[in-house]
Amino acid sequence: MSTFRRRRKTPCGLLSGLLGVIAMATVAAQEGPGLGETPSPEMLAAWDIDIGPDGSGLPAGSGTAAVGETLYMTNCFACHGPEGEGLLNDRLAGGHGSLASEAPRKTVGSYWPYATTVFDYVRRAMPYLMPQSLTNDEVYALTAYLLYINGIVARDEVMDAETLPDVEMPNRDSFVIAYPRR
Amino acid sequence: MSTPEFPEEEHEQVAGNGLLHRRLFLSQGAALLSAGSLGLMTARPAAAQALDPWLLTPGLALSGYGERSPFEADVARTVLPVAGTTGSGASRTPLESLEGIITPNGLFFERHHAGIPEIDPERHQLLIHGLVERPLVFSMEALSRYPMESRIQFLECSGNSRPNLASTPPQESCGFLHGTVSCSEWTGIPLSILLDEAGVSSEASWLLAEGADAAAMTRSVPLAKAMDDALIALYQNGERIRPSNGYPMRLFLPGYEGNACIKWLRRIKLTSGPQMTREETSKYTDLQRDGRSLQFTFDMDVKSVITSPSFGLALNGPGLYQISGIAWTGAGRIRRVEVSADGGQTWAEAALSDPVLPKALTRFRMAWRYDGGAATIVSRATDEAGNVQPLRSDFMAANGPQVSYHNNSTQAWAIDSDGAVSNVYV
Repeated sequence: MSTFRRRRKTPCGLLSGLLGVIAMATVAAQEGPGLGETPSPEMLAAWDIDIGPDGSGLPAGSGTAAVGETLYMTNCFACHGPEGEGLLNDRLAGGHGSLASEAPRKTVGSYWPYATTVFDYVRRAMPYLMPQSLTNDEVYALTAYLLYINGIVARDEVMDAETLPDVEMPNRDSFVIAYPRR
Repeated sequence: MSTPEFPEEEHEQVAGNGLLHRRLFLSQGAALLSAGSLGLMTARPAAAQALDPWLLTPGLALSGYGERSPFEADVARTVLPVAGTTGSGASRTPLESLEGIITPNGLFFERHHAGIPEIDPERHQLLIHGLVERPLVFSMEALSRYPMESRIQFLECSGNSRPNLASTPPQESCGFLHGTVSCSEWTGIPLSILLDEAGVSSEASWLLAEGADAAAMTRSVPLAKAMDDALIALYQNGERIRPSNGYPMRLFLPGYEGNACIKWLRRIKLTSGPQMTREETSKYTDLQRDGRSLQFTFDMDVKSVITSPSFGLALNGPGLYQISGIAWTGAGRIRRVEVSADGGQTWAEAALSDPVLPKALTRFRMAWRYDGGAATIVSRATDEAGNVQPLRSDFMAANGPQVSYHNNSTQAWAIDSDGAVSNVYV
């Protein structure tokens, strides 16, 4: 593969070429041919959908549990049960205080450490049959509803880019980062 | 079934209940044994002297893509979808039917979170952005010109072997119990090359990897791992990686739990810390006895399992058998596998079949003179870092009832006087 372009040049071309041959032959680290292109601002905006635990990436928009309840009954309850108790798929509510027992129940309320993750996950992956179909307002409202049925926020509390990162999840302090190697 | 005649010195017993010295596999013994291990195979029909039809007429046509024998059609994955879906959940490799260390592509285990996307490679792109000097987007055509490496390495779901956490041992096949581990030759581009081109900022210490499936599956990965041995895998066992394994490309992190090796990879974002995605908070975390949870337990621990004999593969009377199994560790190479035929009272070292590669499945074999009585066979692996696979009883005692992932404990198979094999806890 003689077409690989060497990106970094040393002042002496002959020496550089010689070292380059040696490096290609003996060193595992390699350089690439530099074929990546600069993404457009539009592409970056459309693709950059993840939300950080500090709320970074949260979009404009807002919603409350009162609004979210209607959305939940339309989009979510068939798999997760009318009260978030779980049906075909995951239980979303309850389980508080169960984690240290023989029958732990991991739910958004009892287990999830960050409210921002709820927004991130619902927006990217739910509803299961139509992911990325909800508006940001709808995702905020559903997030608010899931927090509400877990007793974490009030029914009329507005969730938006300012308020969501400040929601204190009950199990937040129980997570221990075990990397590097536990 | 007759037992081949062996010189008596070849029968040296090295542990209780008939385990024989591993040198049986290191010289002519292997050839001798091949005749003696037939107890696991289908009995030969008696007195079939007429010429079989395949001797008497030309066979089938050439083909563009080969098929296995129709007589092997029952060698298949155990498919276990999540309720209400067809594409989410897992299918498990039939370990009890395979030999060697390479998993055929059609039998490699699957774990999907929103089905298998059918991606047009001409429309697929890989974006690298975030804390970099130069955000870059790569087409598949561009990536095909990058330098590649090939490595034989295992991939294991961190939920593998969960069935054996049940209070009573499930009477299921080896593949059902342990079949979310598989091993391939992976070929692709070292991720460090692409990250170097983008110019990683000194503030970056993690990256977010995102897939192009309907779950837009995401995991945070330490930058140190990405720069060490992470691969953008494009090929699996020589052919383009299959849709069920991430076509047209997946992230491959040797020795790490499978869910971090994002399939259908479309985006890598350099970050200053983990993004705390759903998968790394609510799912692939390890709840402890005291209610705390460990996050980012990426490493897959040292482990082994006897694949033959195993549940469903009955022994056909007393005689010489081959115990065969696989061992692996995220820490590097397997150093040793010990086998017991008396439920762990005595152990003997098995033969490791070449190649013994880092972070790959390693095949081990042991000669065994089965006396026709009751026996309990179990294997125990040690890796080059000195980690020893725990007995199930020790593992369960060390972990609380909440344990769900990273079960690397031993598998014991009990053989009764009829030769039937069952799953037992030791």
